[in-house]
Amino acid sequence: MTDFPVYRVQTQTRASYSAGAVCVALIALFILLPTFASRGLIQDLFFIFTMLVLAQFWNLLAGYGGLVSVGQQAFVGMGAYAMFGGVILWGLDPVPAILLGGVAALIVAIPTAFFAFRLQGAYFAIGTWVIAEVMRLLVAQWKVLGGGTGTSLPRTATREMWATEWIQATFDVRGAAARDILTYWLALALMIATIAGIYWLLRTKRGLALAAVRDNVEAAKSVGVDAVRMKWLVYLVSAVGTGVTGALIYVQKLRISPDAAFSVTDWTAYVIFIVVIGGIGTIEGPILGVLIFFILQSLLADFGSWYLMVLGLIGIVVMLFAPRGIWGLISEKTGLQIFPVRRRLVIGAQPNKED
Amino acid sequence: MIWIDTIIQGILLGGLYALFAAGLSLVFGIMRLVNLAHGDLIVFAAYLILLLVSLLGLSPFLAVIIAAPIMFGVGWALQRHVLNRVLGPDILPPLLVTFGLSVVLQNALMEGFSADSQRLPAGDIATASVQVGGLNLGVLPLLTFASAILVIVGLNQLFYRTELGRAFRATSDDAVTAGLMGIRPDRIFATATAIAMLVVTLAALYLGMRANFDPNIGPARLIYAFEAVIIGGLGSLWGTLVGGVIIGVAQTVGAAINPEWQILAGHLAFLIVLLIKPRGLFPRALD
Repeated sequence: MTDFPVYRVQTQTRASYSAGAVCVALIALFILLPTFASRGLIQDLFFIFTMLVLAQFWNLLAGYGGLVSVGQQAFVGMGAYAMFGGVILWGLDPVPAILLGGVAALIVAIPTAFFAFRLQGAYFAIGTWVIAEVMRLLVAQWKVLGGGTGTSLPRTATREMWATEWIQATFDVRGAAARDILTYWLALALMIATIAGIYWLLRTKRGLALAAVRDNVEAAKSVGVDAVRMKWLVYLVSAVGTGVTGALIYVQKLRISPDAAFSVTDWTAYVIFIVVIGGIGTIEGPILGVLIFFILQSLLADFGSWYLMVLGLIGIVVMLFAPRGIWGLISEKTGLQIFPVRRRLVIGAQPNKED
Repeated sequence: MIWIDTIIQGILLGGLYALFAAGLSLVFGIMRLVNLAHGDLIVFAAYLILLLVSLLGLSPFLAVIIAAPIMFGVGWALQRHVLNRVLGPDILPPLLVTFGLSVVLQNALMEGFSADSQRLPAGDIATASVQVGGLNLGVLPLLTFASAILVIVGLNQLFYRTELGRAFRATSDDAVTAGLMGIRPDRIFATATAIAMLVVTLAALYLGMRANFDPNIGPARLIYAFEAVIIGGLGSLWGTLVGGVIIGVAQTVGAAINPEWQILAGHLAFLIVLLIKPRGLFPRALD
């Protein structure tokens, strides 16, 4: 009886323990950053964090759920417009109104899912795009919120935003800089919650089911995974997350128009390139992707449309020659996993004391 | 009478959308590939024709004869060297590569030709019209519609009457087995995309003569084309024509009620068809 092999299922790797420690240190650094960093750096990091959140949710949808959407701008736009609606029509403070963005995204995601799930694969991609276009055109008819030309957040609402007074006093900065710090912290919190949430989801039983559906729908169904339910789960989760992010982005931007808030380039093309270049189907990929994206953008900012062309070309080359992205290449070579979700069988390690 | 006129204008506009869609439908039918750069390739062809018109001083109709073989070559090379590499059971790589291509094309055209609107000089034909039973019909829209019908008849003949068409159908059914019979699927795919680019060139001619175009209008054309294909049902070219007509009529009727509703009405018509008949009006293929 004792020669029965002792085994256990493990997901942690040695690298992931030390990476965890680095993460904690980084988070502490990011929280304290506004005390000494310049306003420009804070704004850059806000952009990086929010793009990363959008990328993580698109990755959850496409990389894990197999639902390649080209219509995530629908939720960015709806989230942002719901926040504006809450502030302008109901007189809410912009910060709690961000949550309205998530609610609105969920409300529009449920009926759109009924349409979109009728389409398979590539047709799903363009179907979601059509839905986003319909929303853009409908919102442009909403005259109270500026119609096609858009509108700005009222000054009274931005000046008295939650916690900005305290930040102004503590950091001795002006109102606009205080708002940047506030939105930066919110973006940081959203990013941490998103990565932690997705990591947790992928390590639960549902995450295993999700990976099974991605790899082979029929096989997953045969072992009792409800594939349709998993699709709904990832679609709604990423809609809500994307809606909240959209609302947050526009609390920082202060000005909205249908063409900007429902822009397929800004909220979907960039996000797709971030995920593809970094490495689709991993948590690390989008993190690496957003850094590459930001560096490229800073380097090529003066070259106008060349920038998007280079980004598109890199995306094509990566897809052709390294379909798992740059993180895929790194982890293939080194076996490195910072957020391991693969369950490994460890045989013979640490025999149980009771035996 | 105004309503009849509006609907007839819509039907004729549908001919243009069917031309946009025919190439997409052909490529999808044979290799299950949705080319997200389809709309941008139409715009690219329009600029190619414009370039030939302004450099050589040709009429757009003559310029098309030179542009068509160039686009044929572009299609062949694109399929042979890029898209064939990403075809497979996983739909993600072809989608992302064609999406990347769409972004590259848009911005390359932007660099080359700026964001200014352009138009192909059509001469007298642009404003010519004929009287039919009290209705004033533009010659150009009629010509577009006739071309769409000719293209669809031609493609159907190609599909069901020729050896190449047989190879297309065989590869579409089962590429591996077709390979055992001496057909080379990669070449068949390249030929199909090349032929689709011929249709794209024709679509570009009418797009450029009928309205202004700029480098950013490709995605919207892709969406109209896609809606026409879905409404018609996958694999049915005549269905694609019907789909184009439905989108065209919805748009002109919408615009007649309120000019801001033109595009929206087309999308809503698509969503309604999708809700009632998820597989389109005349489904053939089981996808």
